[in-house]
Parts: sequence; C-alpha cells; structure tokens
Amino acid sequence: MATLFQGLPSSTAFSSSNKFNHVPAPTSFSERKSSIVTVRSDARWSPVLNYATHKPQRLITNAVATKADSSLASTSSKPGHELLLFEALREGLEEEMERDPCVCVMGEDVGHYGGSYKVTKGLATKFGDLRVLDTPIAENSFTGMGIGAAMTGLRPIIEGMNMGFLLLAFNQISNNCGMLHYTSGGQFKIPVVIRGPGGVGRQLGAEHSQRLESYFQSIPGIQMVACSTPYNAKGLMKAAIRSENPVILFEHVLLYNLKDRIPDEEYVLSLEEAEMVRPGEHVTILTYSRMRYHVMQAAKTLVNKGYDPEVIDIRSLKPFDLHTIGKSVKKTHRVLIVEECMRTGGIGASLTAAITENFNDDLDAPIVCLSSQDVPTPYAGTLEEWTVVQPAQIVTAVEQLCQ
Amino acid sequence: MSLSATKFVHPITAPPSTRSSDKPLFSTFFGSNHTKLRFNKPIVAAQRRSSSAASTSSPVVAVSDVVKEKKLKSASNLLITKEEGLVLYEDMILGRFFEDMCAQMYYRGKMFGFVHLYNGQEAVSTGFIKFLKKEDYVVSTYRDHVHALSKGVPAREVMSELFGKATGCCRGQGGSMHMFSKQHNLLGGFAFIGEGIPVATGAAFSSKYRREVLKEPGADEVTLAFFGDGTCNNGQFYECLNMAALWKLPIVFVVENNLWAIGMSHLRATSDPQIWKKGPAFGMPGIHVDGMDVLKVREVAKEAIERARRGEGPTLVECETYRFRGHSLADPDELRDPAEKAHYAGRDPITALKKYLFDNKLASEQELKAIDKKIEELLDEAVEFADESPLPPRSQLLENVFADPKGFGIGPDGKYRCEDPKFTQGTAHV
Repeated sequence: MATLFQGLPSSTAFSSSNKFNHVPAPTSFSERKSSIVTVRSDARWSPVLNYATHKPQRLITNAVATKADSSLASTSSKPGHELLLFEALREGLEEEMERDPCVCVMGEDVGHYGGSYKVTKGLATKFGDLRVLDTPIAENSFTGMGIGAAMTGLRPIIEGMNMGFLLLAFNQISNNCGMLHYTSGGQFKIPVVIRGPGGVGRQLGAEHSQRLESYFQSIPGIQMVACSTPYNAKGLMKAAIRSENPVILFEHVLLYNLKDRIPDEEYVLSLEEAEMVRPGEHVTILTYSRMRYHVMQAAKTLVNKGYDPEVIDIRSLKPFDLHTIGKSVKKTHRVLIVEECMRTGGIGASLTAAITENFNDDLDAPIVCLSSQDVPTPYAGTLEEWTVVQPAQIVTAVEQLCQ
Repeated sequence: MSLSATKFVHPITAPPSTRSSDKPLFSTFFGSNHTKLRFNKPIVAAQRRSSSAASTSSPVVAVSDVVKEKKLKSASNLLITKEEGLVLYEDMILGRFFEDMCAQMYYRGKMFGFVHLYNGQEAVSTGFIKFLKKEDYVVSTYRDHVHALSKGVPAREVMSELFGKATGCCRGQGGSMHMFSKQHNLLGGFAFIGEGIPVATGAAFSSKYRREVLKEPGADEVTLAFFGDGTCNNGQFYECLNMAALWKLPIVFVVENNLWAIGMSHLRATSDPQIWKKGPAFGMPGIHVDGMDVLKVREVAKEAIERARRGEGPTLVECETYRFRGHSLADPDELRDPAEKAHYAGRDPITALKKYLFDNKLASEQELKAIDKKIEELLDEAVEFADESPLPPRSQLLENVFADPKGFGIGPDGKYRCEDPKFTQGTAHV
C-alpha cells in the first residue's frame, strides 16, 4: 500500500487539493503462468499492514478493502522493507547493474548529481563515471548514442531529465530505436530503456508538464509502461532492463515520494500485463500512473455511495493487456477510462478504440474517457487543477455511467 | 611547401581547383588546441607492411606535422605495394561497376524508390574502409551501397536487398538506404542525414566501455562515420563532435564533401565552408584531404584510424570529392555546372590509381583488365542471384518488429499475440 507524506515540505506527492490520508491499494494481480519473468512474487499485501514508521491513519472503512482475498495476510511471509518510489527505482536499477556489467546509465546529471530526482544517487560512486555517464545537454545525440551502444552489445538506460526533453530525441526514438531491428532484418537488437519523469506536477509550467505517451504510442517497435507504486516501479524497471525490446518507462514527478513496503526477495514484473488494483462488480475503471490515486480516492466516495468499482492499473500503455481488460469488461459491462493524457489522440483514445473493437458486445453503455483538457498546462494552481481529472469528476462519471 | 601548423594535404595531381570559393590554402587560424592535435610523421613507405591496418611498428614519439610535400610524392618510395594496389583497384572497380549496374537495373524496373549512387567517391570508401579490421564499425548514410561492399558485404546480398528479395542482407526490409550487416559490422544505412552519427558515437562508446569497464583486452574497435557536407550544418553533427572529443571516443568522422546536397550548393548553405576547421573548435584534429586520390585518403585514414585505436580520440577528416551522377536516380541534376562536372570527371579516382599503378610499374594492363572482368562476372552473378531469389513471403511481415515478440502484447484470449498461429503467417491481428 502506498502512503503519502502529507506534511513534508519536500514531498510533492499530491497537490494540495487532494487531501486524503490513505490510499488503500492492495496490489494483488492476476496469476498468469508465464515463462518470461524470472521471479514472480506474490505481491498480495494485506491492507492492514502495520506502518510502524508513521502515524497510522486507519482505513476509512472496510468497504474499500479489496473484496477478494482475506487470505492476503497469510501469504505475505516476509515483511519486506519500506522505501520511497524513487528508491525502489534505484534499487531495481542497482540490482540490474550488479547482475549484468553491460547495463549502463546515460543522461543529464545522472552521475555526480545523482539524478534530478535522485533515482541514480550513489550509483556513479559505486559503478564509475563511464557506467553512469553524465552527458552534455544533447538529447537527440545521446539517445542516438545509447542506441548505437545497444546495437553493439551494451544495455543502456537513457534518462530524460524530464520526459518532455525527449521531444528533442524524437528523431532517434522513432527512427532508430523503433525501427532498426526491423530495417536491419532482425540483425541488431536495441535493448534500451528510456525513462524519465513526466506528467503534470505542481505548477511546473506548460513545458515541464507534458505527457509524451500519446506522442510515442504510434511508434512501431517500442513498448511503453508506466509505473505507479514502488512495487511496480522496481518490478517494471527490472523487466524493462532485461527486455530485449526498447522500452519507454514513464514515471511521474508527483509519485517519486510515495512510500510503500516491497518484498526483500528479487522479483520482476511482466511488461505486458495490467494490474488489478481493486476487484469490483459495477464498473471497470482503467487508469495508470498518478490518476490511479485519484481513482482510488474517488473509489472511497463511490463505495460509500454504494457502488462497487473495479479498478485496473493498465501499466502497459503499449501494448494493452486486453485479457485483463476484457475479463473485467465482460464482468461489469461498463468502462470508464481515467487518464492524465490529453484528450486528443491520447492513450485513452486508443484504449477506447481497442475496447470497442474487441468487446463491443459486452458493453452496456458507451465508454467514458476522462482525460486532461487539450490545454497547455497553465502555471496558476487553480487553472492547473482544472486541466487534470479530479476525483469529484470521476465520481460523477461513474454515477452517470451506472444509471 | 611546409606549413608549420596547418593540417592540409595539398592536392598534387589536380589542376587548380575550380571550387568557386576562393578557398585560401593557408590559414592562420587553427583553433586553440592545435598544439595538441598533430599526427606523428607518417611512416615512410619502405617500412610499410603490406596489408595491416593495425601497424604498431612506430611508437608515439614527438609530435610533428602531417604535411605531405610535393617532393615526397615523387620520391622513389612508393606509397603502396603491388598487392595493396590491386586490392584498392579491385575495391574501387567493384564500387563503380556495382553502382552502374544499379542504375541499369533501376531503369529496367528491378528496384524502386530512392537509390543514391556513389560514382566518383570510391576513393573515400576504399581509402578508409580497407584499413579497418573486421571488428571495426562503419556507419553510413543513404549513399551506402559502396560502403557495404568495401566493408565486405557480398555483392549478391546487396543487390538482392536492392531488389527487395528475402535473401537481401536485411531480408528485403531495409532497401537501398538501410544496409546493415551484423557479420561485417556495418551499422547502417540511415535515411535522415545526421541520424547515423550518434549511432556511430554509440558504437565507439561501446568500444571504450568494453576496454575500460569490462576490461576486455584488445577491445580497440574503431568506428568510422561517413556523411556529407549537408550534414555538417546539422545539430547532431556538432553534438557528436563534442561528445566524441570529450570522452576521447575511438571514432573518425569522415565528411564526404561533394559540394552538393541535392541541389543546394555547400557554399550557399554554409557560413564557413571549410568543414575541417570545425574539428579544432571541438578539440580534435581537422584534416582536409583530396578525396579523389585514394592514396592520399589512405595516408590520412591510416593516421586517423591508428590514432583512434591508440585511444587518443576522434578526428574529423574532410574529403574533397564529387559525385558523377545526380543525388539519386530521380534527380535530373540540372543545377551543377557542366564545367565543374568535367573537371572532376578528369580527376576520376580510378583513372588516377590506374595511372599510378602503370607509372610505377606496379601492375600491367592485362592484370587490371582481368580484375575488371572478374568484377563484371561477379556482378552478373549477383544480379542473377537477386533475380532468382524469392520475394519475402507474408509470414515475414511481423517477425522482426520486436526482438522479443511478446512486445505485441496479450490478446483478449489471454495468450500472447505472438503465440497466435496466424502470427507466423503474418496475418495475426496485432
């Protein structure tokens, strides 16, 4: 479960309007037998873990607890350890760098500075300046450099200091990263991970508040994933590094200080699977990244009003996990998509199309997609709030959908 | 003439250049780092071994200039042995005849799209690539057929690729502008200009990484990045010059300055047309060489490649060259002055090498004619092979999109889409 530090000045986890004390999000997920992932962990955590480290705000009501398994408590054999999301990313990164000497990091200020969001803190001291490379400010070229290095045997992780900066690297990401495996007839693989923080932060201004998932989603040959909890951040980071495909890992500026407990033992998640956050019966809510938390807050209100939403964190933005999504649609027959992406051509738009194409007969109502306004994110706090989907809107949308 | 600090190589065989700029032959501005950037004196010909590109006989000693003087050229020491001469000749003839064959095939409707031919520039490809080891990397542009051939990709595979057949070096999926070969370490083939330079920088970075982080002994692969004059106004070029010099990457940036970017003259596009000068601005040597003379190119190539191999960092080499044909087979080539074309036709690198071989009694007419015939037969065979090869089947459509085809995701039925039997037929819904 992810808990937020409300009072810490350094935490920018949520904007001030979202005052909620607790996010109940037991991260249980579907049991898929697969041979890809080396270590599967059962991350079924009880919602009633003890948080020794800070004042326990009890769960508001049992209603928000997952209806599924109360066997959760018994399956968590090891206590795990607590950390913040950026530390989870770092842990995943560090473990993979120890495991494979060909894994290296390149980006602006990743080395001596430790990363603008401290994801690579301490790694340069440990692994050296060549493995954690501080690059000059030349996104297109160092992304291309990472691709060339990947073609010749290394496994680089390219960090965009802010995802928006990767717009400068679009040439390399689209033309080389996505295409070279194909145009070379399969001769060269590009096992890069391109990662960085994106999304709307706290009054960061229009250019630092971009969501690039919509721009990159059409590029053939790449995979995109978005992490939202420390648990899936570490798992997806490891999976992305181990993948032979180029993967873009979207992190969110406001989620870096989320705290949670993760297993001590090694685990790698699947890049193509979605995560069941809260099973339910009435409506399927599909979301990812930060909006997951807005959805879960809205879920509390909805439960109090008698609704039972099923919340799925899609995690894999490209390709979509149509199995998990489909199963849910067949159960609830109503779909609400909540995303931070822009309305036009966003992930929600693609998801709407995919669900309509595949599961139209299972729908009792048109799909509702709540996305950010097609507006450059304004600086003013009030305006910024209105560009992004808020929990109240989610509640209203569910009520309308379930009429 | 000796110039104490210049990096020029004087063209000795050509008549005065008809480049319309008044390019001064001497310049007093060399950038701030020129004292660090000099090559060793080139090894005198008598000490040359016959084929090695990794000659390590002369240690790094006191710096001196790399000026080629007129008298050195006409000295009795020859620059190449007969063996080397024939290798160079054969490679250039292969490039020239192959490109001529491409033109023929294109007009017969066997290949399509954009085809960019290299006629006239063979000295650069041969001069540089014949010094590389198999493990060294070459990165090219869309004008990449001859780089592929010089690097060792068989002519039949290149021709097949151009015909779009499944036996092409990229299974027919790349085409004229995307020649790749893992076996021969040819990293492409790029359609957008400048796009390959960062990739080349990455390959050089890999080489340095293997040497310093993975501590692999003998990891000293050099990367050559070929690109044109138009690219030298592009941001990626400068960004990579910076990074390569900063980290002393084992890379040589080879500018094939043929003066024209489709119809845009280099002089109309560039504030300072002397591209070699941009090297010292970033802290690496900038060399200008006559790209129509394969022996001069070879001299410079040897120095630059060995410098990179020793770990001393990158070099920028500007080769003054010319393409005899249009930018591509679709280019009517109306803007270039016929007098300019005639001038460079008179400086045909193959004719120049032939003359050198005859003058210095390194080869006879018959030997060269035998090579010509051999190459002609090779190419006839390559065309036949390409003609008879099958077109790629539908089943090939989805195969190489992802290295790990699970990237296509999970379908509604719970199975990975790549497990769908239609996937291997190329008809799966992905």
